[in-house]
Amino acid sequence: MSSTAYEVVIVGAGIVGAACADEFALRGMRVAVVDRDVVGSGATAAGMGHIVVMDDSEAQFALTRYSQRLWQALRPELPADVEYEQCGTIWVAADEEEMAEVQRKHGYYTRLGVPTTVLDSQALKRLEPNLRAGLAGGLLVPEDAVLYPPCAARFMMERAHKSGTQLVSGSVAEIGQGRVRMSEGIEIAGEIIVNAAGAWSSELTPGIEIKKRKGHLVITDRYPGFLRHQLVELGYLKSAHSVSSDSVAFNVQPRRTGQILIGSSRQYGAEQKDVDHDILRRMLQRAQEYMPGLGSMSAVRTWTGFRAATPDKLPLIGPCPGDTSLFLATGHEGLGITTSLATARILVDGITDAKAEIPIEPYLPSRGWKESVHA
Amino acid sequence: MPSSQSRSMPSPVTLSVNGSPVAVPAGATVAVAVAMAGKACRTSVSGEPRGPLCGMGICFECRVSINGRRHCRSCQIVCEPGMEVKTEVKANG
Repeated sequence: MSSTAYEVVIVGAGIVGAACADEFALRGMRVAVVDRDVVGSGATAAGMGHIVVMDDSEAQFALTRYSQRLWQALRPELPADVEYEQCGTIWVAADEEEMAEVQRKHGYYTRLGVPTTVLDSQALKRLEPNLRAGLAGGLLVPEDAVLYPPCAARFMMERAHKSGTQLVSGSVAEIGQGRVRMSEGIEIAGEIIVNAAGAWSSELTPGIEIKKRKGHLVITDRYPGFLRHQLVELGYLKSAHSVSSDSVAFNVQPRRTGQILIGSSRQYGAEQKDVDHDILRRMLQRAQEYMPGLGSMSAVRTWTGFRAATPDKLPLIGPCPGDTSLFLATGHEGLGITTSLATARILVDGITDAKAEIPIEPYLPSRGWKESVHA
Repeated sequence: MPSSQSRSMPSPVTLSVNGSPVAVPAGATVAVAVAMAGKACRTSVSGEPRGPLCGMGICFECRVSINGRRHCRSCQIVCEPGMEVKTEVKANG
């Protein structure tokens, strides 16, 4: 049916799908985006909105840094309600072992051109007086930022819409072979189909190794001035890497309103949206170990979300083996807000035979593809 | 409203609201002290004055800072001698 034929059909209107729609549309392609819910309503709305450079691996560093620069370039165009604030991240070191990690990270970031400042115990206390006394120090990464992801996704969808992108509302039953079949039976044809369905992407493309990794967040009432930077404990490196068990880590973010987002938790095998009060208690206890003043604050809301986690902590960006029409833009776990823009760039670069600014091989879905599964 | 004049008034409690002393009957809530000081409890995000609406701790419109702790529901807290109450007047407060 010619009326429903698009060059690109993207499944998922989260921040990754929206960024891809915007990028395809900018290059003059006819795009449709399909989602069962409103724009940016999944992990995009559930997450913190941290634009952060990470160095768990070289590939992770390359993608997060490239994407951060794209955010910096986009910043003048972002509407006020995206609340982009370059507040910086401080990686908080509790002890001398973690200070060694601060030094390592400082050296790595410096070599790769990312400004950082090593903070001793006193300097940390000056920048964040509400941290407990006795912490060893930290690493300030001043170019890291925070934003409000659902509004960023909406901005990109609206911009894509101005270039002709259509937003289609409804549940998707099946994708691939040049079409998206909706649950009501309607088919939308597209030369290129992009699975950007986040934690649900493996339901649409069996064979890709995406697992739901549940997280909890709390937001407080307004306490302007209490917190100035995004703070993340370096112990996070130990807990976030533990792929088997439930974990919590101190991770707090200042919002423009003076509210404070408190995280974080990571759980595999937890498929229900309900707040898990045991893990919530552990998460808040951990936060209070670092910032005792949080304990007397009012929380106004608590919620959960599902990260799309891959085994090697890198997203799947590019052609899906076994179906020449199908492409993936998923598996961003906790970094989808940061890496959405770079994901869109390198995906569309690959499709349009443009040269990508960073090597794309580490993110190709064909790495570790299980031939036996997708048949 | 029943008259309370027939009952003897308990001795007053003195506390401060925005730095000025206010005397209230023992047992009065902080919301009473703020009202007696002629203040709004807080200013909404859009800049409007706010005060106790429900009077039972549900609406959160009567929040004030008490002894440095912010966002206390003044209608649910009984005045104590020497309490330092501050109305939350700043935007974003």
